Amino acid sequence: MLQILFDALSLGSLYALGALGIALIFGVMRLVNFAHGDVIAFCVFALLWPSTDAMAIVFAGQLPWYLLVPFVLLCGAGLSVLCEIVVFRRFRQANPATMMIASFALGFVIRYFLLMLFSSRPKSISLLPELSQPVEILGARLPLLQLITIVTTMVILIGLTLFLRQTRFGLEMRAAAENFSMARMLGVRANRVIIGAFALSGALAAAIALIFGAQTGTLDIQMGASIMLMAFIATVIGGLGSLGGAVLAGFLLGAASVIMQVMLPIDARPFRDAFVYGAVILVLLFRPQGLIAARGTKERV
Amino acid sequence: MAVAASLANSTAPGAAATERKPARFALARRTVLTPVLLSLLLLAIALITVMTGSRPFNQTVIDVFVRVILVVGLYIFIGNSGVLSFGHIGFTCLGAYAAAWLTINPMMKRGSLPGLPEWLLATRLPYWQSAVLAALFAALAALIFGRVLMRLSGIAASIATFAMLAMINTIYSNWESVTGATSSVVGIPIVRVIWPYLIGAVVAIFIAWAHAISRSGLALRAARDEPTAAAASGVDIPRERLVAFVVSGAVMGLGGALMAHSIGVVTPDTFYLGLTFITLSMLVVGGMGSLSGGVLGVVLLSALIQALRWLEAGVSLGESTFALPKGVQEIALGVIMIVILALRPSGLMGNRELTLPRSSRNK
Repeated sequence: MLQILFDALSLGSLYALGALGIALIFGVMRLVNFAHGDVIAFCVFALLWPSTDAMAIVFAGQLPWYLLVPFVLLCGAGLSVLCEIVVFRRFRQANPATMMIASFALGFVIRYFLLMLFSSRPKSISLLPELSQPVEILGARLPLLQLITIVTTMVILIGLTLFLRQTRFGLEMRAAAENFSMARMLGVRANRVIIGAFALSGALAAAIALIFGAQTGTLDIQMGASIMLMAFIATVIGGLGSLGGAVLAGFLLGAASVIMQVMLPIDARPFRDAFVYGAVILVLLFRPQGLIAARGTKERV
Repeated sequence: MAVAASLANSTAPGAAATERKPARFALARRTVLTPVLLSLLLLAIALITVMTGSRPFNQTVIDVFVRVILVVGLYIFIGNSGVLSFGHIGFTCLGAYAAAWLTINPMMKRGSLPGLPEWLLATRLPYWQSAVLAALFAALAALIFGRVLMRLSGIAASIATFAMLAMINTIYSNWESVTGATSSVVGIPIVRVIWPYLIGAVVAIFIAWAHAISRSGLALRAARDEPTAAAASGVDIPRERLVAFVVSGAVMGLGGALMAHSIGVVTPDTFYLGLTFITLSMLVVGGMGSLSGGVLGVVLLSALIQALRWLEAGVSLGESTFALPKGVQEIALGVIMIVILALRPSGLMGNRELTLPRSSRNK
């Protein structure tokens, strides 16, 4: 029972972090960022030295953790900000569909850039191996990593909440998410807020990359995509642009996946994801605006 | 090209209202040039292909025609309703598997797909019959899903269609006895002649045109541009969307069936995110709101992909051979798409359609 709870929490953590990264950018720019998954993949591969051999040449992955973590976070934030400056800045006035396709094209570019450097074969890496030992809590044996995943996510969420609530920059960002043009008129600098949002979202992608890389031990160019899809769905169920909603929906999706895995009859288990997606459609039918509707996204006539 | 793009924006809300008593088929006569021109364009491509007589080029052009069908199918729903759908490739998947079920040799089917019902195991149809049935099957699925999904709008609808795609993909990749799970279903008769694909593409274009100028299509576009005003004038938005969804589902199913016959193998992952995004990109790059944009987007992007592949394989210029390194093709494609979208955010054609200049029509 406890095992299920922790499974759900750690899977939900990944989804929640991903959803948060997408929601942050959507909030300020109304951009659904399909390149997010590829930013995750990029961060993972930043650990390796570029080579197309089957053997992974570990480069940054060898650093002690107190250097490794900031390095990867910086990579993610850097790449994300670069995307903003080079690409998304040109699309501020475009309609959402155009922006979406542009972000997809950008993700395509990043993915094939990685493919050129690293080839498409999955690579195995033991990232922070000391984390995979099991620990015993209340009679359940859990991998230490799972615990750390959950704790890290909590710390990140609390830190982000404090940042958004207590600092001036956070205040500007929340204002921009609520009503961008109004915020600009009141003296919020658009570029600064948008770059800040991209940096935060990139750092979140890097955090996912670290956790996921340590959990699975294999690096694959496609690995960002699966998390990104769920995160993307979580963002919408949560209420687009609402950060709290995104996190909540991320955890709910994680819980739904794990619970269905346990509860469904054996024959139906391979179809688990179909049930999860069916549930998503149901939620959208009853609450098309999301679980927690963001203020300011309601259309006015 | 003597053809100039001129403004023929039939979305103008007053199209029906300005002429008090429009002559019968006036709208049809005014806009029929667009599908005719597009069909001629495709016919020209087909003729050139047949004349060169090269096998690989033939296959490439068949791929282009299949994509034209798919993108036109997307346009019928996305272009007219303004709701971005990620789920339509799901209908392509349904169509392709339906074609596989109907055309594979019964002996082989009994071995590889034993879970099919008996009557289906025993049937074997020629490819064009199976394509029509596949389109109907996809339309039926679209009707069922659409009844539920069309109540949503905006980004929630997009995500719901996406969830539908993921559902279809999950089911088809796990239902071992009926779809062969993730392994590929082989033995679909391969059609290597170009004409059926050309006919399919032309039919799709004319269906799209007929839907766009129908009462339902006009109402839907009015709802796309001014939802509140349209609803106030008595347009039943979910219903009009459902009509477009079903029509486009049928076209996507047709495309799926022809795609299955063009490659001879189907796997669930052929019809998933990769195809979704490439077709959506073609539509958006060409111009989401225009049928011509969709068709031209396919032709241009396909030509671009082909040119880049060709460069990647190496071109000999004089004594030296010039070749792009591997992977540059995709990167260049992505970059070019971003540049096109940055320069023309509403696509190459915007909302316009391809017609002859206005003056020449009045002669």
